[in-house]
Amino acid sequence: MKKILIALLFAPLVALASGGNVHLDTWPGSVKDKPALQNGAKLFVNYCMNCHGASYVRYKNLLDLGLTEQQVKDNLMFTSDKIGDLMGIAARADEQKKWFGATPPDLSIIVRARGEAGAPGAGADWLYTYLRSFYRDDKRPTGWNNVVFENVGMPHILWELQGTQVLNHETHKLELEVPGKLSPAEYDKAVSDLVGFMVWMAEPQQEFRRTLGFFVLAFLAVLFVVAYALKKEYWKDIH
Amino acid sequence: MAGGNFEKYKSDGSLAGNLLEWVDARFPATSMWKGHLSEYYAPKNFNFWYFFGSLALLVLVIQIVTGIFLVMHYKPDAALNANGVPVAFASVEYIMRDVAGGWIIRYMHSTGASAFFIVVYLHMFRGLIYGSYRKPRELTWLFGVGIFLVLMGEAFFGYLLPWGQMSYWGAQVIVNLFGAIPVIGNDLSLIIRGDFVVGDATLNRFFSFHVIAFPLILLGLVAAHILALHETGSNNPDGIDIKEKKDEHGIPLDGIPFHPYYTVKDIVGVVVFLMAFSAVLFFAPEGGGYFLETPNFYPADPLKTPPHIAPVWYFTPFYSILRAMVWNFFGLDAKFWGVVAMGASVVIFAFLPWLDRAPVRSIRYRGPITKVMITVFVICFFILGYLGTQSPSYWGEKISQVCTVFYFAFFLAMPWWSRMDKFKPVPDRVTMK
Repeated sequence: MKKILIALLFAPLVALASGGNVHLDTWPGSVKDKPALQNGAKLFVNYCMNCHGASYVRYKNLLDLGLTEQQVKDNLMFTSDKIGDLMGIAARADEQKKWFGATPPDLSIIVRARGEAGAPGAGADWLYTYLRSFYRDDKRPTGWNNVVFENVGMPHILWELQGTQVLNHETHKLELEVPGKLSPAEYDKAVSDLVGFMVWMAEPQQEFRRTLGFFVLAFLAVLFVVAYALKKEYWKDIH
Repeated sequence: MAGGNFEKYKSDGSLAGNLLEWVDARFPATSMWKGHLSEYYAPKNFNFWYFFGSLALLVLVIQIVTGIFLVMHYKPDAALNANGVPVAFASVEYIMRDVAGGWIIRYMHSTGASAFFIVVYLHMFRGLIYGSYRKPRELTWLFGVGIFLVLMGEAFFGYLLPWGQMSYWGAQVIVNLFGAIPVIGNDLSLIIRGDFVVGDATLNRFFSFHVIAFPLILLGLVAAHILALHETGSNNPDGIDIKEKKDEHGIPLDGIPFHPYYTVKDIVGVVVFLMAFSAVLFFAPEGGGYFLETPNFYPADPLKTPPHIAPVWYFTPFYSILRAMVWNFFGLDAKFWGVVAMGASVVIFAFLPWLDRAPVRSIRYRGPITKVMITVFVICFFILGYLGTQSPSYWGEKISQVCTVFYFAFFLAMPWWSRMDKFKPVPDRVTMK
């Protein structure tokens, strides 16, 4: 009986976790890897932030990545000179909609929005696969299509790094036609760093949250022993 | 018990004593303390299931205190800010990032919402298996059903406030349901929304309901729930009356003062609860996508309907019952009957005290029929809850219809099946199992 109930309780988690048609590669990075996050920040500011904002994040948050204020100002701030400013963009949403057919979403919490229920980190996996799955498609206005996000409005902004892929319609696999500045392994690493930055940005305090949680649970464990002893003491005469 | 005549406090001559005597002559301090805590005699055999009443009170306090701090920074405004994000949505992220300690307050509130329903469902299940709703505690039960209804409203209004995609479209779907009511339906949903679509007017009135109107009603009902309980005294896992066996001072032989016995016991329950609560809060604040739903990390977009709109998990059993109604009866739309069935599935709990005709209260002294019925009822509730999170499907619909039929049969046939059962003799005194 109990087993059936437990199975029923977890059934929705399993069902939701198995959604989606395209196989997603697992994001290999870690949110604790500061050099990778710094590299991701550089890529994000140089490539993504032409069209996408990260308007819930402040430049000063980037100091948490182990950078100094001067480094952030010199290397990562192009549109603003106040370290406390939000990482917004100048492009207007309505104009972008005309250009691309859809407004490029704000990327501050895109990792959480893309995460599938029940599979922690699924948002990171999705982004990691998506950014490596663009291919040439002359039928699209931008000349680009994507295996993970069909008929996406976004062109392959990292093409000079990755090179040009084409979709082999017989094997349904992507093939590198023209190599880019980076080797496939280097490109994967760059995308991993970029995704890592977005994972961090979605919840900059996430590592602190887990650390604090450990101390809270440890405190509660001690409190439990005290509370239980107190209860035993009071109840020793009740039979 | 409560409302009894307690002697007024007599000062021992100290300053504090004099002050207390002065207060007690003008305010029922002693009689409230004694009547509800130190001389409120509760049965000594409460088990695991009796933790959830005090835990519900704890979660209520968590929600109110965290809510007070959230309101200091949250902005109920659907207009877009300079970055093209709705102000309300951006203010939640502002709380998560820029307000000192804001993330922990917000996660406490969002985790607390789900915790509230978990605790309340378990509390209701306790009432169901031990017959706590039976005479003379009908009013306690009715106030409880009222609390459950108001809590559902409170959760529904609160869910709109983050102004994410699921907030927006969930509210849109639920408010549109009222449109299915004949004649007045469309005007009614217009009044609830305050606009022709869910918009700034809706957001502001839901904010008002969520932070003022419904919490006030909730607190009043909780007070009435506890007062009614303390008037009759608590039931217990044996379902027998401890007031029938009293000592020479009129104190129930099987009763122990709530304070200190149950206060120290409930502290243990509180600590265990807080461990589970913290585990979610600090390590999985999204609750696997059930406490904070994934699409709600996109700001509300009135022009983009999400592919699959599902209410939050605690509403899904009732939502499944709504979807199970696919027939047009008496020339009225199936949607209307869905609304009726969903409403009835919640309100029907209120009739339990009069539907149950068994000669004993507790499941301990009732036979296999009761045990099977309650077990199948719980399984149906889980299945309905699961199906409510899923996209509509052929088999999902059929299964939810079977479960809906059983759900109502459980209640409506109770006057018969509750009497037919085999019963065991009830003990004179409570048992410590």
